[in-house]
Amino acid sequence: MKDDHTSAPRTVPIQSATFSNPVNAEIRRAAATGIYDIRGGGAKRKLPHFDDLLFLGASISRYPLEGYREACDTSVTLGTRYAKNPITLDIPITIAGMSFGALSGAAKEALGRGATLAGTSTTTGDGGMTPEERGHSKTLVYQYLPSRYGMNPDDLRRADAIEVVVGQGAKPGGGGMLLGQKITDRVANMRNLPKGIDQRSACRHPDWTGPDDLEIKILELREITGWRVPIYIKIGGARPYFDTTLAVKAGADVVVLDGMQGGTAATQDVFIEHVGMPTLACIREAVRALEDLGMHREVQLIVSGGIRTGADVAKCMALGADAVSIGTAALIALGDNDPKWEDEYQKLGTTAGAYDDWHEGNDPAGISTQNPELATRLDSVEGGRRLRNYLKVMALEAQTIARACGKNKLHNLEPEDLCALTMEAAAMAKVPLAGTDWWPGKPGTTF
Amino acid sequence: METTPLRDLNATLQAQAEATNQTAWEIVNPKGSHAIAVGLDAEIEVTVKGSTGYYCGGMNKLATINVHGSVGPGVAENMMSGTVIIDGDASQYAGATGHGGTLIIKGNASSRCGISMKGIDIIVHGNVGHMSAFMAQSGNLVVCGDAGDALGDSIYEARLFVRGSVKSLGADCIEKEMRPEHVALLTDLLERGGCDAKPEEFKRYGSARQLYNFNIDNAY
Repeated sequence: MKDDHTSAPRTVPIQSATFSNPVNAEIRRAAATGIYDIRGGGAKRKLPHFDDLLFLGASISRYPLEGYREACDTSVTLGTRYAKNPITLDIPITIAGMSFGALSGAAKEALGRGATLAGTSTTTGDGGMTPEERGHSKTLVYQYLPSRYGMNPDDLRRADAIEVVVGQGAKPGGGGMLLGQKITDRVANMRNLPKGIDQRSACRHPDWTGPDDLEIKILELREITGWRVPIYIKIGGARPYFDTTLAVKAGADVVVLDGMQGGTAATQDVFIEHVGMPTLACIREAVRALEDLGMHREVQLIVSGGIRTGADVAKCMALGADAVSIGTAALIALGDNDPKWEDEYQKLGTTAGAYDDWHEGNDPAGISTQNPELATRLDSVEGGRRLRNYLKVMALEAQTIARACGKNKLHNLEPEDLCALTMEAAAMAKVPLAGTDWWPGKPGTTF
Repeated sequence: METTPLRDLNATLQAQAEATNQTAWEIVNPKGSHAIAVGLDAEIEVTVKGSTGYYCGGMNKLATINVHGSVGPGVAENMMSGTVIIDGDASQYAGATGHGGTLIIKGNASSRCGISMKGIDIIVHGNVGHMSAFMAQSGNLVVCGDAGDALGDSIYEARLFVRGSVKSLGADCIEKEMRPEHVALLTDLLERGGCDAKPEEFKRYGSARQLYNFNIDNAY
């Protein structure tokens, strides 16, 4: 009998789940270049997230409120602990800190315009405060970062709040890098550094170490600003219970908690994907810390990292947050990663939706760039209008859910309004697995 | 400060207009308090009779602050302009991130003196501790005594002048030629700092500029 290999059934090639195509490609890239991959954005891996939670809605035991007609308060006041002038926002969705340098001046202006139209705040970033941003932002939070690029007492006093940045969800424990391609004369001048060089943002503050020092640093900032404005402390999602406790101990008016889905302008991919905790896993631990200190709602909690929809906002509120902050979503609202630029994304070796080389300064949407030609592609007035629309939609969505749960104020949402679709989400959010009254780690139960 | 709360003290000093007639202020019994005379913005002269805690003279603009004692961490941090003079020693982070002005320390300065300095001139009559001028961006640091480990680690464009020994240099920091313009600069700094040292006794240190653009072969 003839041995015919061509007609015999063959083993189907199977791609390794461990050595997948993307993993192999990264090994080849590393071998060819000797440089680790730097990118922007937040964690891209699948993580337990707000999609793993559902609202239960009203039933016989709860009365819903009528659609879009009955009042449902979305306002929030931040900084009630010590500041003479706390901030009151119409909606509990703020714009996160993103630097001029990482973003164009027009993008910063658009963020200010959109936030102001929607009745909320925006935030500076590494590199200092620009006149465009201050001029177009009714409520502006001034970040106080380890690099202290552009830091000066005049801008400090022009701010409506100060955010001491200790950590960031994309890279808790890490500093930042703004590559030389984006260091124009203006950016270099604001940072007191030569044009065209890579600018390292330090990972720790230069003049304080630990919570006792931080308490004194906050005293100094309050003395310089006359105890007028709230002081936030921003932490990366790593040890939320202890970090929140220490932030409160150090005198924070507001704690900003950023999970690992939170974006960055640039850092190592290995850092983004392998350091820190998912946002969902951080919230209840931070709230527990505030409750243990008797400070829940007295020190406000702002949560960021992967907030996309009004449902995400409502879930954060239900888990105990006072407000949320968005960064990546705001850039998308302005037009970043828009498929209309697909041809140009392709030329950069990527695709719309996956583009994250923000640090290289070639953003086709003209947002994360210092290239004057590209930057003209963003109309800051139109961008502001788009951002305002998006923020309004998120607020309306959150109200819709709150009313369905019988709440006339977003902040009245509570964990009892939620259930979880997965064991992981149930454990992290400390709400029952759907169809049960149990979650892993629930007091009085065993696993 | 035996009788005046810190808030009242700073509010009074901060309220002085640039053209105020009352230009001389004296703070007695500072009791090592933190954040004394911070955020000033007028050409006034403040004398602190005693030692202070953290951040004395922080973010100073225009004012001259004399401390007749020693200071805690972060003296004159992020100073923009003016002059701060310390008769005694300074703890960590003296002049950190300072953008301008002159900081004179007549005693020794501890670790991280001039960290991330951005244009300030710092003149230390004595020694400085380890990691001084870490990530120093611009400005001048003059050390009439010795410098500790890792001087000028990750330095950018700041100029460092040391008369005594340097225990070790940090990443990307090297000794550089002392050209005539540096001698002239140092002469002025020494005069402003009230030092009787001679410029030719000093060595100059600065950036090798090998870390300016990321290269894996230059990573530490």
